[in-house]
Amino acid sequence: MVLALSVSALVALALLSDILAPRVSELWARHRARRRIVSQPVLDPGRERRAEQTARELLRSCVGEEDWAMYRELGFIRVWGSQATARSGGVEYAYLIYPHRPIIAYAPQTGRLIGEYCVEFPDDTRPYGSSRLPDSDDVLAKWMALTGDERGLLGTANMHMPGRQVDAAQVARDLWRLSRWEQARMRGIAATLDASSQQPRA
Amino acid sequence: MKPGHGEVLIAEGDVELPQDEQRLVAEFRRQLDEGLWAAVPLAHEDGHREAVMVRSFTEIPRDAERVIFFPRAAGG
Repeated sequence: MVLALSVSALVALALLSDILAPRVSELWARHRARRRIVSQPVLDPGRERRAEQTARELLRSCVGEEDWAMYRELGFIRVWGSQATARSGGVEYAYLIYPHRPIIAYAPQTGRLIGEYCVEFPDDTRPYGSSRLPDSDDVLAKWMALTGDERGLLGTANMHMPGRQVDAAQVARDLWRLSRWEQARMRGIAATLDASSQQPRA
Repeated sequence: MKPGHGEVLIAEGDVELPQDEQRLVAEFRRQLDEGLWAAVPLAHEDGHREAVMVRSFTEIPRDAERVIFFPRAAGG
């Protein structure tokens, strides 16, 4: 009798093990996961700010004082297109470089928007959990690639119609701000030259 | 250029010194092998600024002060 019950119990246990084993295994894994010490990257809220500060210094040293002032005061940099035609006698198009936004192509004479070139510079190693460069590094990367290999960069980018990612009205306002900024800058240069020419000579 | 860091100095030296040049060439190749682009920012006498993209060490102007490595562009 005891033997029969024992055999029955063993058979029942064997049959139940198929059902219970995965569940027990899962519970055990959950238990271990809760106890495991997960190493998390040290949160440093100042890192991004310091990185941006470093990036701004690098950008300033590369693009020159005028473009740096444009970026600092307006938030973007204008780069002239390299393809001039005999018909226009000058530059037919230019670009606006914003941090982490598409490059905007436009016609400087009319202000007509030509298109958006969507391009990014992802660092796949994600050294700090992010693949995004600091804002000013993103601007510098676009500036270097545009001035160094315009065709190559535009060939890599995805081109879209104006207004897809960057509001066309905002770009129009930025172009207006740019023209005002340039006029003020020219007036400042003229005033400086005027003052220096009026200084009495010894 | 590195996310979360900005500018990082990778190597420096004088290309006129053979030992330095070898080290700079090796580092240049390593960066390109890792998939980065390299550019040399230039300042012309008339004030114009631009960059030159370089794909080999010999393309770097001998008087270049620095080479900047940055991640390759991808369509966004």
